[in-house]
Amino acid sequence: MTERVYTKEEWIRGLEGLREDYTLFVPVKDGDFHAFMPMNGEKVPDFDFQNTRLSPKSVIYPRSERLFEYILGNADPEANILKESSKDFSPRAIVGIRPCDAQAFQIVRRNFDNPEYRDPWWVRHFESTTLVGLGCNEPCSTCFCTAVGGGPFHEDGLDALVFDLGERYLIKGLTDKGEAFLAKMNGGKPADEAVLKAAEDLTASASQKITSSPPTDPLKGKKINDLFNAPFWEEVAFGCLNCGTCTYLCPTCWCFDVQDEVLGKEGDRIRNWDSCMFPLFTLHGSGHNPRDKKVQRVRQRFMHKLKYYVDKYDNGVQCSGCGRCVRYCPVNIDIRDVCERMNNY
Amino acid sequence: MENPYLPYPVRIDKITVETEDRNLKTFHFVFLNPEDEAKFAYTPGQFAELSIAGKGEIPIGIASSPTEKGFVAFTVNKVGLVSSYLHNMKEGDVMGIRGPLGNWYPWHEMEGKNVVIVGGGFAFTTLRSSIIYMIHPENRPRFKDITVVYGARTPGMLLYKDELAAWEQRDDIHMHITVDGTNDPDWKYNIGFVPTITEQKITSADNAIAIVCGPPIMIRFTQPVLEKLGFPPERIILSLEMRMKCGIGMCGRCNIGDKYVCKDGPVFSLAQLKEMPPEY
Repeated sequence: MTERVYTKEEWIRGLEGLREDYTLFVPVKDGDFHAFMPMNGEKVPDFDFQNTRLSPKSVIYPRSERLFEYILGNADPEANILKESSKDFSPRAIVGIRPCDAQAFQIVRRNFDNPEYRDPWWVRHFESTTLVGLGCNEPCSTCFCTAVGGGPFHEDGLDALVFDLGERYLIKGLTDKGEAFLAKMNGGKPADEAVLKAAEDLTASASQKITSSPPTDPLKGKKINDLFNAPFWEEVAFGCLNCGTCTYLCPTCWCFDVQDEVLGKEGDRIRNWDSCMFPLFTLHGSGHNPRDKKVQRVRQRFMHKLKYYVDKYDNGVQCSGCGRCVRYCPVNIDIRDVCERMNNY
Repeated sequence: MENPYLPYPVRIDKITVETEDRNLKTFHFVFLNPEDEAKFAYTPGQFAELSIAGKGEIPIGIASSPTEKGFVAFTVNKVGLVSSYLHNMKEGDVMGIRGPLGNWYPWHEMEGKNVVIVGGGFAFTTLRSSIIYMIHPENRPRFKDITVVYGARTPGMLLYKDELAAWEQRDDIHMHITVDGTNDPDWKYNIGFVPTITEQKITSADNAIAIVCGPPIMIRFTQPVLEKLGFPPERIILSLEMRMKCGIGMCGRCNIGDKYVCKDGPVFSLAQLKEMPPEY
C-alpha cells in the first residue's frame, strides 16, 4: 500500500498533472456551497469544506442520460429501431469525495449490478471511475455515518483516502485503481511514522465528534407489515411538502424515469432521476394509484431505506449517513428520528 | 455487456380488433432478426415491454403461448400515450419488444394437478397463453382436469371469441363462459358475475390450483369463494399490474414492500401477498 505525503501546493500541482490521464471531478466553491465540477483549469479546487451540497452521484449516474437514439418515419430501413448512444467511458476520478458518498455507491451498486441484470451505463461509469476520498476532520452536526457502518475516515468503497493534516496531505492507496492513480501522480514523498500517527489520531478524534447515532441493527428483526401499519407515519408525514429535495440530494436514491424526447425526425430515449415523493411515480394508466396519498409516499421512502433494502440485500440500510436530507428538508423531517421510531415500534 | 434495456426490433404482422368497443386489439409481432425469437424464450405468465420509438414503453402480458411459433402476441387496452399510439399503428410498422420479463405461473407445481382458471375482462391475456400451452398435445398429459371460468361485461367484450367457441367443443377442457348481462336471445352460455359462476361451477379444491386474473373488484369477490371451496392461499395464484419503466427491478417504482412486481412478480400466490403490505 502506497502512503505518500504532499504539501498542499504539491497536491494541486500533482492533480493538474493527472488531467492527461483522467477527467478529474473536484470540489469547487460555488456561491455559498461547494459542488463537484470537472477540473478544467478555470475553477480552482477547494478542499476546505464540510460537505458538498450535492453528492457526486451524478458523475456515475447523471441526472439525465441519453440511453438510445433513433430516427423516425418510414423512409429509412433503420427507422424506429433503437441504437445505443455512444458514451465516453474513459477514466475519471472523483477527488475529495467524502467516505459516506463513496459508501453510497456501494449501496446503490446492489441495485444496478446484480446476478440477474447489470445496468450497462451505471456499471461502466462506475468501473471507469476512481474514488479518491477526503476524510472528514470536522463532521457536520447532521452526520451519522458511524450509525450506518461508516465513519469519517472509512475506507470501504474508496480507492484512495486523503488525510488533511493541516499543512500537508497524507494519501493512502487502497485498491488497484487507487494505486494506479498514485503511480501516475507526480510529487510527494513517502510518509514517515509521525505522519501516520497523526493520521491515526485524526481518525479517532473525528469519529468521536459524531454524536447522533440511531442504531440501525434492530430494523432487521421487525416485520415489514408491522412497521408498514405502524401509527406514526401520519405524524412523520404531516409537515411533508412532497418537494422531493430529500430524494434529489440523497446519494443512495437511485429511482429513475425513462422518457422519449423527439425533435423533428430524430429522437432519444433518456433516463432522468425520479422521486417516490411524486404521485406520478406510481400512477397507473387506468388512473389507479397505489401511493396516491402523501403519507404513503413518505412511508415508502423511509421503509425502502430502512426496511425493504435491509430485508432484500441483508447488507445494512440504504443510507450512508451523510445527513443531507436532514439538513435541507424545508420542514425538518429527520431520518434519524424516523429510524428511532421504527426501532422502538 | 448485454443491454437489458435494448428492445428487439419487430414488425407488426397482424392486428385483430377484439372487442365491440374497439378498445382492445391483439398485435402479432414478428422479429426482424430471426435469431431474436430464440432469445425471447418465454413461459406463460411473463410479460414484455412494448417499445415505440418516440413514445416510450408499456409493460404488457404475453398473450401467445411458447407452443405457437413464428410470432408473439399481445392484447393491448387503449389507455395512455403509448397504447393509444399503438392502436393507430398499421400492419408492417416497425417497433420493439423487450423481454421476456418477470416470473411465470407455477408450472412445475401445477403438474399432476387439476387447474382452475378464473379470468375477467381484458386480464385474460396470459390466461389465454396458459390455456393454449396446457392443451398442446405435448403438455396436456402433464395436467389433470382444466376448468376455465371467464367473464366479461357483455358478449362483445369477450376476448378471443373464436378460440373460446373452439375450446367449448373440446372434451379435455371445461369452459364456463359468462357475461354480466346481455339482451342477445341467442346467448347460449352463462349470465352472472365471475365469482357467482365460480361458486356454481367449481365444486372441489382437491388436488387443484387456481389462477385468478381480473379487475380488482372481481379478485376481491372471487378470493372468498375459492377459500370457501378449500383452496389454501398457497394454491391461489394471482398476477399483478403496476406502473413500470425498466421491467428489471432497477427503476424503483413497482415495489410492494421489498418485492418488485416486475422482477419478483408479476405472479404471486395469495399466501405471499398476505405477507406483503396491501399497497397495490
